[in-house]
Amino acid sequence: MHQYIVKRVLMMIPTLFGAAVLVFFLMRAIPGDVCELRLAGTGATFDPDALRLCQLELGLDKPLIGQFFSWIGGFFIGDFGNSMWTNQPIVDEIGLRFQVSLQIALMATFVSIVISIPMGIISAVKRNTWIDYCVRGFSIAGIAMPSFWLGILIILGLLIGSQALYGEPWMPPISYVPIWENPSENLAMLIWPALATGYRYSAVATRMTRSTMLEVLREDYVRTARAKGLVESVIVNRHALKNALLPVVTVIGIEFAFLMGGLVVTEQVFNLNGLGKLFVESVSNHDYTMTQALVMLVALIFVLTNFFVDLLYAWLDPRIRYS
Amino acid sequence: MSSGLKTLAASLAVGAALSLGLGGAMAAETPKKGGVLKFVVPDEPPSFDGHRETTFALVHPIAPFYSLLVKQNPENSMDPTDIICDLCTEMPKPTDGGKTFTFKLREGVKFEDGSPVNSSDVKATYDKIIFPQADVSSARKAYFVMVDKVEAPDPQTVVFKLKYPSSAFVPALAVPFNFIYDDAKLAQDMHWYEKNVLGSGPFQKFERQAGAFIKGTANPNFYEKGKPYLDGFEAIFAKKESLRVQAIRGDRAAIEFRGFPPQSRDDLVKALGKDVTVQESDWNCVLLITPNHRKKPFDDVRVRKALTLAVDRWGGSQYLSKIAIVKTVGGIVFPGHPLAAKQEELQQLAGYWPDLAKSRAEAKKLLKEAGIPDGFKFTLNNRAVDQPYKIVGTWLIDQWKQVGLAVDQQVQPTGPFYDTLRKKQDFDVSIDFNCQSVVNPLLDVSKFISEERSGSQYGGYTNAEVDKLFDAMNQTDDTAEQRKMMRRMEKIILDEEALGFITMWWYRIIPHRTYVKGWNVSPSHYLNQQLSEVWLDQ
Repeated sequence: MHQYIVKRVLMMIPTLFGAAVLVFFLMRAIPGDVCELRLAGTGATFDPDALRLCQLELGLDKPLIGQFFSWIGGFFIGDFGNSMWTNQPIVDEIGLRFQVSLQIALMATFVSIVISIPMGIISAVKRNTWIDYCVRGFSIAGIAMPSFWLGILIILGLLIGSQALYGEPWMPPISYVPIWENPSENLAMLIWPALATGYRYSAVATRMTRSTMLEVLREDYVRTARAKGLVESVIVNRHALKNALLPVVTVIGIEFAFLMGGLVVTEQVFNLNGLGKLFVESVSNHDYTMTQALVMLVALIFVLTNFFVDLLYAWLDPRIRYS
Repeated sequence: MSSGLKTLAASLAVGAALSLGLGGAMAAETPKKGGVLKFVVPDEPPSFDGHRETTFALVHPIAPFYSLLVKQNPENSMDPTDIICDLCTEMPKPTDGGKTFTFKLREGVKFEDGSPVNSSDVKATYDKIIFPQADVSSARKAYFVMVDKVEAPDPQTVVFKLKYPSSAFVPALAVPFNFIYDDAKLAQDMHWYEKNVLGSGPFQKFERQAGAFIKGTANPNFYEKGKPYLDGFEAIFAKKESLRVQAIRGDRAAIEFRGFPPQSRDDLVKALGKDVTVQESDWNCVLLITPNHRKKPFDDVRVRKALTLAVDRWGGSQYLSKIAIVKTVGGIVFPGHPLAAKQEELQQLAGYWPDLAKSRAEAKKLLKEAGIPDGFKFTLNNRAVDQPYKIVGTWLIDQWKQVGLAVDQQVQPTGPFYDTLRKKQDFDVSIDFNCQSVVNPLLDVSKFISEERSGSQYGGYTNAEVDKLFDAMNQTDDTAEQRKMMRRMEKIILDEEALGFITMWWYRIIPHRTYVKGWNVSPSHYLNQQLSEVWLDQ
């Protein structure tokens, strides 16, 4: 097991380095730079001296290889530098957004688990009944509907519904308050995107739970358990579910990692100040340092999530542990 | 008429009344104290230093913290020539043949940290803007080419000495980015204000949550007694336009100061009825068409002239204004300014003729003379922004199709778009824009002078006569003379040489919660943002 862990940790290093090289050079391949955008405000009175000065300040005049090693060197000692757009420390800029993204990812994952696992099990157990058809319809609708579209519908529904009911339109708050400062305001803002994204991701997990559950229920040891006269709930919950969950855990794990940095459009729809929104803004502002830091952060989250999923796999399946 | 349409009509009537300056009765209401104004801002400012930045995203959340030396009158915001004192006590009359302006400052004004605001602060501020050190970036240095030096003979007096008399000087002083900074902070570090906020304006206690909001609290020691009326403000950053509209509808924000397209105004009016008020105004922003003079066949004046003759501006104004934030037909000067062309003057210029059929026939004739075949293809370089760039770009393609030109549109994000204009310079024809704060035509038309002098003229042409007229206009204070020269300059740019063209001037539409009072729309989204006059009727 120790060897397994060490091997997985060592494999993270080339993955992260590859991500670093890719993001650094791809960002520079986009025409234009952060200084040109900064001076684009009015379209007039553009001062070429100001552009040169800005590029000099940000070190954009230096050779690319030098810029790369200077950045990667800082990265290894935990110095992410300053945002090229706001000139504020990247750690400060990312800090709050990370908190928002983490909370929304946890809430959406929770919603996804609460919906998907019971529904997947019920669907498998009640295979080819009207219950199964309803669950499958519900999950296919979730896959078909983008979460941002569902988000827009939720906001409009809340506005129209509240106006019809109370005479005054209501929508979720648009600025974030930490949960420990004002739990009701925090939840009033985050519950809706959590539902929209949680439903979307539950759809994939529901279908996965259903199909693996069906496979497991056909296994010999389940037949044996039934032959022994065990009640169906014990067979399903104690013997079948643990084995059926293996691929579901992978799906949920990857979804969680994706939610941490990938809620680009949903964050904009609900004005969530998360990592996805920051990502889009950084790329459109050509904020190289911020984009690089975010890509590395998301890559790290993916790598770590995969690592923990693998560990969980080993815990769930002794064959992996012993090999 | 349906009730929805009635409400729309009523709200627009209120807005129009305000825009026309008939809001006197409303302005006479007694302001109430208290409340926090929440407004949405589409972008976050890159830094907090007004002297280096050019975006409205800085002005909206940061201007309330600062004082200016002079400003556009917030109570008469539709008049671009009404400039009043902010920190000074009286607008000075120039002396020394129009070359010296002496400003007396208010006494007892303090920065938030308690240090007094005096002439050395004003001098340090304008020295930073006009004569920046080598490592300091100043976005508006070019506005002050006429200034020789700034002096502070005593703590309450600031003197600007000009190289020559210029009517462009006072409007340049009133640019809302010219925040007055503390000379001690600047002496310590010229870049201090990029990361910090310390002013003497109506609001203080700057609070920021990165990417989310900027908040300010009323300054109890503000020099205009009884103001600000608000307890504070909260600028909430919201990139998505639909969300900003919904935020006003759901009362998460009361106003957005940049401007919405007509459809969003109509949606809000329909949903909120009397709870929304609409203010509208011509906007000191314009989309330009820039042919690349470095490339054939756009080096041929006949081809360029045909491009402008094909465009139906008068008709376009009517239908584009229903879907986009453009409306007013104008020349190179902001419509409504004393130096702007009147309709009958405009109608003498190519592309503005009242007879569209004649204009397009002339365009076809010129193209034929220049050897341009029917169905000639070229690419229009455009910016990937819906309002109004892509809409106007699509409209232009149709206009040029009417004279036998087949145009593709290349839409690029802002970075690559500017890279094409400034570095690659390989475009055929491009959309460009000119967006200013204080209406200052004498300087605003610098967009059209020769490439090597303008810095922001991307057509790549040189025209000695235009440069000469620009210099002459800026070195006289005789308005009649300026107007004559402006007309000549306009004729060369838009007609005789067809150097570059105007499409339509933008139109600013601000639908806001009716309880927001004391804020008047102005011809620029950069102006009137100190918020000291604003109050909430709740």
